Amino acid sequence: MIRTTKFAMGLAAGVVTLLVAGCGGGTPIGGNGDAASAVYVAPGDYDEFYFFTSGGFSGQLGVYGLPSGRLLKQVPIFSQWAENGWGYTEETKAMLETSYGFVPWGDSHHPELSQTDGVIDGRWLFINENNTPRIARIDLTTFETAEIIEIPNSAGNHASPFVTQNTEYTVAATRFSVPTPQADVPIDSYKENFSGMLSFVKVADNGRMNIAFQILVPGYNYDLSHSGKGPSHGWSFFTSYNSEQANTLLEVNASQNDKDYIAAVNWMRAEECVANGQGERWASNYVHNYFNDQHIAVSDMENGTTVITPATCSDMVYYLPTPKSPHGVDVDPSGLLIAAGGKLAAVIPVHSFTKMITAIENEDFIGEVEGIPILRYESIIAGEVQNPGLGPLHTEFDGKGYAYTSAFISSEIVKWSLETFEVVDRIPAYYSIGHLSIPGGDTREPWGKWVIALNKVTKDRYLPTGPELAHSAQLIDISGDKMRLLLDFPTVGEPHYAQALPASLIKDKQVQIYPIEDNHHPRATKREADARVEREGRNVRVYMTTIRTHFVPDNIEGIQVGDSVFFHVTNLEQDWDVPHGFAITGANTSELLLMPGETRTLVWVPKRIGVYPFYCTDFCSALHQEMQGYARVSPRGSSVPISFNTP
Amino acid sequence: MTMISSLTDVRLAAALLVAGAVACGGSSSDSADAASDQAQTGSGSDELTAFQLEHGIGPVTEVVEVGALDPAMAQTGEEIFAMKCSSCHKIDERYVGPALGEIAQQRSATFIMNMILNPKEMYERHPETKALLAEYLSFMPDQNVTPDEARAIVEYLRSAAPGDAE
Repeated sequence: MIRTTKFAMGLAAGVVTLLVAGCGGGTPIGGNGDAASAVYVAPGDYDEFYFFTSGGFSGQLGVYGLPSGRLLKQVPIFSQWAENGWGYTEETKAMLETSYGFVPWGDSHHPELSQTDGVIDGRWLFINENNTPRIARIDLTTFETAEIIEIPNSAGNHASPFVTQNTEYTVAATRFSVPTPQADVPIDSYKENFSGMLSFVKVADNGRMNIAFQILVPGYNYDLSHSGKGPSHGWSFFTSYNSEQANTLLEVNASQNDKDYIAAVNWMRAEECVANGQGERWASNYVHNYFNDQHIAVSDMENGTTVITPATCSDMVYYLPTPKSPHGVDVDPSGLLIAAGGKLAAVIPVHSFTKMITAIENEDFIGEVEGIPILRYESIIAGEVQNPGLGPLHTEFDGKGYAYTSAFISSEIVKWSLETFEVVDRIPAYYSIGHLSIPGGDTREPWGKWVIALNKVTKDRYLPTGPELAHSAQLIDISGDKMRLLLDFPTVGEPHYAQALPASLIKDKQVQIYPIEDNHHPRATKREADARVEREGRNVRVYMTTIRTHFVPDNIEGIQVGDSVFFHVTNLEQDWDVPHGFAITGANTSELLLMPGETRTLVWVPKRIGVYPFYCTDFCSALHQEMQGYARVSPRGSSVPISFNTP
Repeated sequence: MTMISSLTDVRLAAALLVAGAVACGGSSSDSADAASDQAQTGSGSDELTAFQLEHGIGPVTEVVEVGALDPAMAQTGEEIFAMKCSSCHKIDERYVGPALGEIAQQRSATFIMNMILNPKEMYERHPETKALLAEYLSFMPDQNVTPDEARAIVEYLRSAAPGDAE
């Protein structure tokens, strides 16, 4: 009987495969041929790539499979996430601490995968927070945020967290120049008092971040960044706009100059200056959050950063004039070409790293700003891409000699040759593309299979859902001469930037459980026999265990109105994919979601007498509905003693 | 109007795509093979060897000979049992799972170790384990125990008897 059923299923699967197997001769949808089979991942099969999208104003990170566009996970980072207690539990809320106190929301922008020798290595993913400047590091074996560091002396951390070739540094920069250090000054004293800051955050071998130095620069808006690679390793490039230094109505007042600047930073030179003691120690307060060896987030209040200025450290920063209000700055796989997305420019300017070095050696300067020499545009330009679409923003590379630039206003991707700088193909994006992403497309070795358009406007592409519509991504095949649209899929929040890596790089490294033996949480309960309830003044500590399919203890008495009841719950499971949840009536916080072997804590302050149920929120077994318990709450001063049951 | 006509076009094109794709095939064999492989591995009606029937299915493929009771090993086993097993098993009474006071007399050490180390396949293939599932309705989970640890748990179970439990 069983065999027959299984055989029938196998047969059905075969038929389904037959139905979708592409032959290239099908009738096209808008000229897309066998688009369906190109993105079809059969039930039970895996996607070929992980795709990490910025969650934008959700503050989180989306993880999708490619080519299917299936959403696999949302990783909570800068915003509280009630689904698993991120930022609510006693063990994770320190992750959202800043020098401004607890900040429950963030604006995540640019996912950046760690690199070794300019190639994605699958260790970590970094992502920046724009609003309250921070950088987070996500561990790609757990898909959990491992660390968040605040960036002091900065505002609007947009040109971040792009890494150097061996992940020596992840960078940060000031998008909204401010008085630096902060000061109570008139806003219209901008030109006099406002500055930008380019921050270099050292990444240790174990991933731990540490602000190495900060470079004080003129008060422009530093917008995006990329580091050099290969021959240009040792340099980082930051676009800036608002060289007009306007402080109001920037859409007009910051669009006056024909050219703004890319700041080319020789960070190896900066290291020398810091080592030579040319930096100045500033009293910068910032908070650094990470998990300790008990898997509990802790916050270190840090004090002091080393600030250097171009005036005191010569040969460190140069300005490359770049039309006009440039947005993206992208270095090609050879490391020799630096493309800028001049969002108000009629061309895509492509600077030559080699020419830049020659111009520096020849002191081919047209001026200087606060100790920063301005190079002559004509001396450093490798080429200008004509007719690149309106509003060019970002460029990625396919590793086969072509670049792909997003054009926001004309809503298209233009493909151009790195040899001739001529546009060779273009494809519309639906609608208003911002960033675009090719797997490995900002590294020395791209996987040039697809480009993914990350669109700001969705309009009529999906079933309407009231005033707020999903943003979207579009998967486009770039394996041939002509780009070919394959798939639309909605995204979480606003997918500013995204990066992808082959699943084979990380899928076999996934942590499945936390070994209970290695649980060093000071309030872990590693065996049912140790489960207990203890009163400590007005605090009641419940040391609770979960396993399919019961809590110990599951009857608790002696709690009083107004107590702080700490449920320290340990999941004793040691099997993959068996989390348990914990929730109790009226808790003014989220649930707990406990991975196997993990201890997490929910604090409940009961407000009324009565008997309140708690239960497992994550379906765990056939007897999941039975996984419940009761907590009795007596009046303040009651003589009911603490009691609890154990098996 | 433009919207309506383009939607119609898309639907028509989608229908044609399916029709067109049916005709070609050719690349389907890999997936079909994979599907039938899955059907076989999951079938549960395969014949077990005499060894598997007596000693279970899992990483322990040779009979584990137990000698005189090793108290030190039994002590180690008891500690592991308290952490990883006692949430569901008691020695002298049924709990989530069966009482284990006499298990070491009822089953071979090899069987117990395979049950601890490879519960998923045991539930899928071994008739006696299937019968246990029907009775207890809860799967015994994989508790991430090493073969040496499983052996120590066996030693503890050998040392334990009804009434001896803490």
